[in-house]
Order: sequence, then structure tokens, then C-alpha cells
Amino acid sequence: MADSQEYSIQVRDFNLWYGDFQALINVTINIKPGIVTSLIGPSGCGKTTLLRSFNRINERYGNVKTTGEIEILSKNILDEDVSVASLRQNVGMVFQRPNPLPISIYDNIAFGLRAHTPRRSLRRTEVDHLVEEALTEAGLWEAVKDNLKRKATGLTLEQQQKLCIARLLPLKPRIILMDEPCSALDAAGIERIEELISDLKQRFTIVVVTHNMAQAKRASDECIYMYLGEIVEHSPTAELFVNPKEEKTAMYIQGRYG
Amino acid sequence: MSPVSSSNPFAAGGNEIRKQRTENIAKNVMLGAAILLIIPVLVIIGYLFYKASPVLSWNYIWDVPRDLGRQGGIWLPLIGTFYLVIVSLMLVAPVGILAGIYINEYAPNNWLTRCINMAVTSLAGVPSIVHALFGVGAFVLTLGMGASLLAAACTIAVMTIPVIVTATREALAAVPMAFREACWNMGATKWQTIRTIVLPNSISGILTGVILEISRAAGETAPILFTGAAASVAVRTATVGDKLMPYQLDDRFMALSYHLHVVAEKISGMPQEMKYGTAAVLIALIVVINSFSITLRLYLRSRKKW
Repeated sequence: MADSQEYSIQVRDFNLWYGDFQALINVTINIKPGIVTSLIGPSGCGKTTLLRSFNRINERYGNVKTTGEIEILSKNILDEDVSVASLRQNVGMVFQRPNPLPISIYDNIAFGLRAHTPRRSLRRTEVDHLVEEALTEAGLWEAVKDNLKRKATGLTLEQQQKLCIARLLPLKPRIILMDEPCSALDAAGIERIEELISDLKQRFTIVVVTHNMAQAKRASDECIYMYLGEIVEHSPTAELFVNPKEEKTAMYIQGRYG
Repeated sequence: MSPVSSSNPFAAGGNEIRKQRTENIAKNVMLGAAILLIIPVLVIIGYLFYKASPVLSWNYIWDVPRDLGRQGGIWLPLIGTFYLVIVSLMLVAPVGILAGIYINEYAPNNWLTRCINMAVTSLAGVPSIVHALFGVGAFVLTLGMGASLLAAACTIAVMTIPVIVTATREALAAVPMAFREACWNMGATKWQTIRTIVLPNSISGILTGVILEISRAAGETAPILFTGAAASVAVRTATVGDKLMPYQLDDRFMALSYHLHVVAEKISGMPQEMKYGTAAVLIALIVVINSFSITLRLYLRSRKKW
């Protein structure tokens, strides 16, 4: 498998229906590795649905039907022979509301590792090491290193969100999806999460859904504008905000609707 | 519009006063209804223990019934009800809890799930005397258990399972969906999610529901009437060991609810205080079991936080 491929997510003619309602219409995009791509657009435009399709978390709603292809690491993830568990190991997700598990900080970080490794083959020192590494990368180690046994639900919202990012790292994902990761945080928290995102982007493909255009401008390299289930424009962020190709994009970024 | 005083622009006018009066009446009527709930509890318990006070003593609890319950104590029915609770619990808890987990965590919305749900609902509505007759047909006769502790416990198990399934589902549903999503997103299977996150956070509610329901059922006479309860039994009670383990699974047994039915109705020349004594011990046992399960819940709940 060629690892040096040009795109990390390739979506081709992807359609998605919730029952009779078509939420995504003929979506075709290519998302590059090593950068932050943001999905913007007014509420209900399908950006969260598209994001959730990348690790197939939509499926649990039951009445979801799809056509087309989503290729990740040269494999169509909608194929029958794809294990959802191993897909999600490679494609992690961070939610709008930080959702740490009601167990200790340590166990939160070790959770994914334990879920994917037979219990016998995990050595304590190895887990300790990976937990420290993940927390350090997320900029949380100094704050929590003396309280690893404390419940993660007692952390501040910003720390919780960092923890939710950190706990994906021991799984060595290729792609990290973020669904409005900053909307529950205050200004200082937003700044630090954005810094964290830009620190992580060299090693991961990051896709961020956001309502906040200023954030898309600050924190992303490429920007995809969606409207009513369709991709309207996909450009480098600087270009999209300064010189949008489409009329609809221009109106949205000027705040004429949405 | 009513005139307002110049010093207070927000004074209550005539209409406001009328509204306030109606509000007070409504609130007090509902408060009265709520207080009415306490009265039967206090009256029943107070009256029972007042009437039973001449016989209530440790000796009454520890002694076996003599002369068909006219004399002696209450030990054999008490320990019989206790074993009935324990055996029913061991039979129904695994099945009820596992079924509840399946329905809440795994079941897709299809005809089988709808059938199971309908079965649970219908089973909950069946009167206990019908369960008793089912118990006779199924356990006592067909499965050849005879009238015995085991047959009675099976009957109680069938009777309580719908409520236990429902209590399990409610306890599971109280665990926020976000926790499950977090686990699934790290690639955990449903079972890993249930074992590490969902069950530890719902076990207090599940256990409380199970224990409360079994203790309620054990206070009923109907389900054990034909399936294993006896007015008197010939068991050895010579030593403490015999007294603690008087029944085998295939023995007929004495139980408080049935004993009460017998001493209150069937035996002539029964002293009043023996009837009230039996009822008081039954109530006390249920209060003890309920307090135990509530304490267990408080303890388990104090260990979880989110």
C-alpha cells in the first residue's frame, strides 16, 4: 500500500439519506494529509453528517442509506469487509461537548489501547509510557501528572477536550475528525485547542467542522464550503476568504445568510 | 383596570389577588393529597406494632411455631421467606439483567424486539394468582419439581422478570449516550463498552430494582399458595445449624405471607397478637430488605461522579 499518496480521504459521488431525506448530494472531494481542512456552512448543510461518514458513526441511527465511495488509505470504507472497530482506530473523533469517560484520567487514555489489544499482551510499563506520551503531546501532562487516578470528569472543560484528543493518540490514528471542538470553551481555551490542532497537523490529517468562520480562517489550511448537502467550494483557506469563486460562498462569508 | 396607588406601581390589583387566592387553593389541595400518602403507612405500621407488641421479642423471632402457630415463634416462616427471596434472586437476576441489557444495548428495532417488548409488558400485567396456576402446571407438575421451595422460587422468578427487565433497562438508559459514543469512537465493541462503562455506572440502579421487586413479590401469598408453601412443616430444628438451614430445595416450606393467611383465617382459637405478630415481622422484613437495597444504592452511587 502506497503510504505517500496524495490524498488521505477521497470521497466520490457520495450520497447519504436519512430515511427519505437526502442529507448529502453527490459529494466528491479530496482531503490532503498533513494539513487542517475545515468544513463550513450554515446549520443543516450536512457538514457534520459528512464528517461522521468518515468513521461510519452515522450508521447507528439505523435508517441511513448511502451510495458512492469514501476511500481512506486506498480502501473504500463502505465495503462489506471493513471492520468498523479497526476503521475507528484509524479515524478518531473529537466531539463538540467534551465527553471524557467517567473513569480515571489514566484509564481514559489507556481505554482505546486496552480495547484493541488482548489483555495479556499489554505490559504495565508500556501503557504508562504511552499514557505519558499522549498527555504530553496534548499539553496536559504537567497539569495532571500527579492526579492520574482522579476522575477525568472533574477536569475543566478545556482539559477535558484536550484529554479527548489525547486519548486518540495511543491508537496511532491517521485521521482525526473534530466536530466543533471549541464551541463549549472560553476564548483562552479555544486559543489553546487551536494551537494543539496546529501542533498535531503534521502527523495527522485533521478535518474540523466549525460554525465559526473566524476559526476556520485562523486554524485551517484548506476550507470546504457546503450548502444544502452539496459541496459549493473547496479552496485554500486564504483564497476562499479573500477571493471566493462562488457567489454563494461570497454571500456566506460576508454574513449575508447562515 | 383597578386603580393603582401612586406610591407603588406594582401593587396587586383585584384580579391579581383573585389569581393568588386560586393559586394558594390549588397548591394546598395538592399538598393535602401528597400528605394523605403518608397516613396509611404510619397507621398500618403503628397499629400493627401496637397490636403485636405483647408477643414481639427476640424469642418470638427465633422460636419455631408451635401448636399450629397458636404458640411459639415465627422463625420457620421467616427463614422460609428469606430463602425464597435468595433462590428467586439467583434464578431471576441473571436472566432478567442479561435480557434487559440485550434489549437496551443491542436490540435492533425489528419484529423480534417488538415481540420481546410485548411479552415483557403483557407478563407484567398478568395477575399473581394466574402466575401461581402457571407455576403449578409448569414447575410443580410438568417439570416434576413437586410443591417445593424451588417450584415456588421459579414461580416468583417468572412473576418478577418483567419488572426486573424494565428496571434494568431504565438504569441502563440513565447512562448518558455520550459515554457510549466516546467508547465506540475509539473502536470499542458494544460488549467492551457495556463491561467497562455502562454496567459500572448502572449497577446500583439495577440491583436496587431487582431486590425491591423480589422483596415485594416475596410478600405475596398467591404465587406460593399452591407451589410450595405449607401451613406447617416437619423439619429438624434441634441445633442452630438445623435452624439456619431447615429446608432443602425440594422441601415444602413455611413463608411469612402464607403463614399470615393461615393463622389469620384457618386456625380456630388463634390469639390475636400472634396474627399481628406475623404481620409485623413480615412488614419488618420487607422494610429491612428495602433499607438494605437503598443503602446499597447510596453506597454505589457515592462512588460514581459525572
